Amino acid sequence: MSTNKPFDLDLPDARGHFGIHGGRFVSETLSAALDELETTYKKLRDDADFQAAFDKDLAHYVGRPSPLYLAERLTAHCGGAQIYLKREDLNHTGAHKINNTIGQALLAKFMGKKKIIAETGAGQHGVASATVAARFGLECKVFMGSTDVERQKLNVYRMKLLGAEVEAVESGTKTLKDAMNEAMRHWVTHVDDTFYIIGTAAGPHPYPMLVRDFQSVIGREVQRQSVEQFGRQPDALVACVGGGSNAIGLFHPYIKYPEVAMYGVEAGGLGLDGNDHAAPLSKGRPGVLHGNRTYLMEDENGQIMGTHSISAGLDYPGVGPEHSWLKDVGRAQYVAATDDEALDAFHKLTQLEGIMPALESSHAIAYAMKLAATMKPDQVIVVNLSGRGDKDIHTIATLDGVTA
Amino acid sequence: MSRIKNAFASLEAQGKKALIPYITAGDPQKDATVPMMHALVNAGADIIELGVPFSDPMADGPTIQLACERALAHNTSLHDVLAMVAEFRTTNSSTPIVLMGYLNPVERMGYETFVAAAVEAGVDGVLMVDLPPEEAVDVEGFFKSRDLDMIYLIAPTTKDERIERIGHAGSGYVYYVSLKGVTGSKALDVDDVARNLERIRKHVSIPVGVGFGINTGETAAAVSKVCDGVIVGSAIVNLIAANADNAKAAQDAVSALVGSMRTALDA
Repeated sequence: MSTNKPFDLDLPDARGHFGIHGGRFVSETLSAALDELETTYKKLRDDADFQAAFDKDLAHYVGRPSPLYLAERLTAHCGGAQIYLKREDLNHTGAHKINNTIGQALLAKFMGKKKIIAETGAGQHGVASATVAARFGLECKVFMGSTDVERQKLNVYRMKLLGAEVEAVESGTKTLKDAMNEAMRHWVTHVDDTFYIIGTAAGPHPYPMLVRDFQSVIGREVQRQSVEQFGRQPDALVACVGGGSNAIGLFHPYIKYPEVAMYGVEAGGLGLDGNDHAAPLSKGRPGVLHGNRTYLMEDENGQIMGTHSISAGLDYPGVGPEHSWLKDVGRAQYVAATDDEALDAFHKLTQLEGIMPALESSHAIAYAMKLAATMKPDQVIVVNLSGRGDKDIHTIATLDGVTA
Repeated sequence: MSRIKNAFASLEAQGKKALIPYITAGDPQKDATVPMMHALVNAGADIIELGVPFSDPMADGPTIQLACERALAHNTSLHDVLAMVAEFRTTNSSTPIVLMGYLNPVERMGYETFVAAAVEAGVDGVLMVDLPPEEAVDVEGFFKSRDLDMIYLIAPTTKDERIERIGHAGSGYVYYVSLKGVTGSKALDVDDVARNLERIRKHVSIPVGVGFGINTGETAAAVSKVCDGVIVGSAIVNLIAANADNAKAAQDAVSALVGSMRTALDA
């Protein structure tokens, strides 16, 4: 399972590649903007003032560090390894997304851009972008597939309250991938004054790298908190993977510790046998979409397939390129949880711990429950509880036949 | 000499500029494409850019997005597009064909297989919007080994040193994107294009075609003064969309537009 292979920790390479994945597959108009972003980020990454501004907002605006919590009753229920939850749901705005939007909004500010745009699926990244736009006095426009606008009404309203403009995208499958297409089109047209805050660790270089760096605060905190709370590093990490930003944030600082197993949980939808899922790492193959090479859900002609997941935030046919690389080199395992398993996990965590997880995070909980049962009581699993479930209550009520 | 090189050389000898229409293959029906290609040639096209439909055309505006959706509604694949080119070649052996689209269908087919099939079908050049020269270094050998021209984009945002690199990497012609935006945008600024073309010419020795925002004979003629060819896409695709249920009417409408552009360019 885990290997002793030395992993290249300096990825991506100079061209933004993680093995065969990643890169910068974009239309020429965006090349200059991506060059500028890369140059600026490389400079600021080691800039004390930038880091201080980032750390300050993570501490006092986001509320970090987020707790690492031993879920005792869930652990007892599963009857195996101890399950700890990394409580990203307790961050300001209720998910891990804010770590990245703070970082990118600071980049926008340092680059003198007054307008930001973002794509969103579940709406968590849209809310996190609208939030930092308010915080830093930036103009904000969020692109969201019209299907998602419908199923995430509460988040749409939150974005509007925060002063953002929400643009419903009607093209293609009307979900996250189409929102990203439309955000790219808008960016091409307004590239001079607009900063595109990509919400996940995917897209053209340098986005996968910088989103990972901003989210890696999650894994670094877990490393510290693990030593404080149980005197060693965990045996396994579990996180849900759509684009994969919360997972890479947890995983990345652990890549160099091969004794720590890593499990990314994709959206199994109605099951991996058919096409109604969003599990490119489990069932897809490498291709090029949204500026990077990575595992994709595509048909035999290379057309991108529509995906299905109960969770809007995982409903994406691609995945961040670093995950594709981690899969290829065998450092992380990628598995799936179905809609039903995620729903069951949602209810279990709510009833056993008084914590309502987002449907995205419920996929991670679902797999962790299965995994825990196969492990010993002196072993430890850390699950990234990437977001809270308030936004999904309407979806769950509808599924349970409750009319709110 | 490649068909593309030949076309530009012969136009230059006549003091003319290239007219390069774009259509999306399979839009609105698979069997409409080859007759439309012949109609384009009869109306005065020098080179045809044939769009390979893709599910996620990120650099395209609504007109070509919808054309892709129409073509994909009946599963027009890269295999189908190559078959269309082969059929076109049975009666036309001189008009260059450039496949334009996105990388993923080619990735899926495999570079070696694609290049062999494209050459076999009679394709002359390939323009993949999301394959910049930096990423092409890993695969350009496949294209060069069979003399398939690689056509790259240059944008208003492209810096001089990059223009030079693109000029060396590409062959056939380079495609200058006249504005910051997606296909089908309206506001092409001829003076701005002229200024940028002057900059591009310093670094690029192959012909330069200009596209994005050219929808009338007047604009085409104005832009052609500073470049070697004009590329017209959305204006044509809009006519195909408006006549989606009548192939003859679509051909007539498109022929009239392309014909008027030819007249304007040659005036």
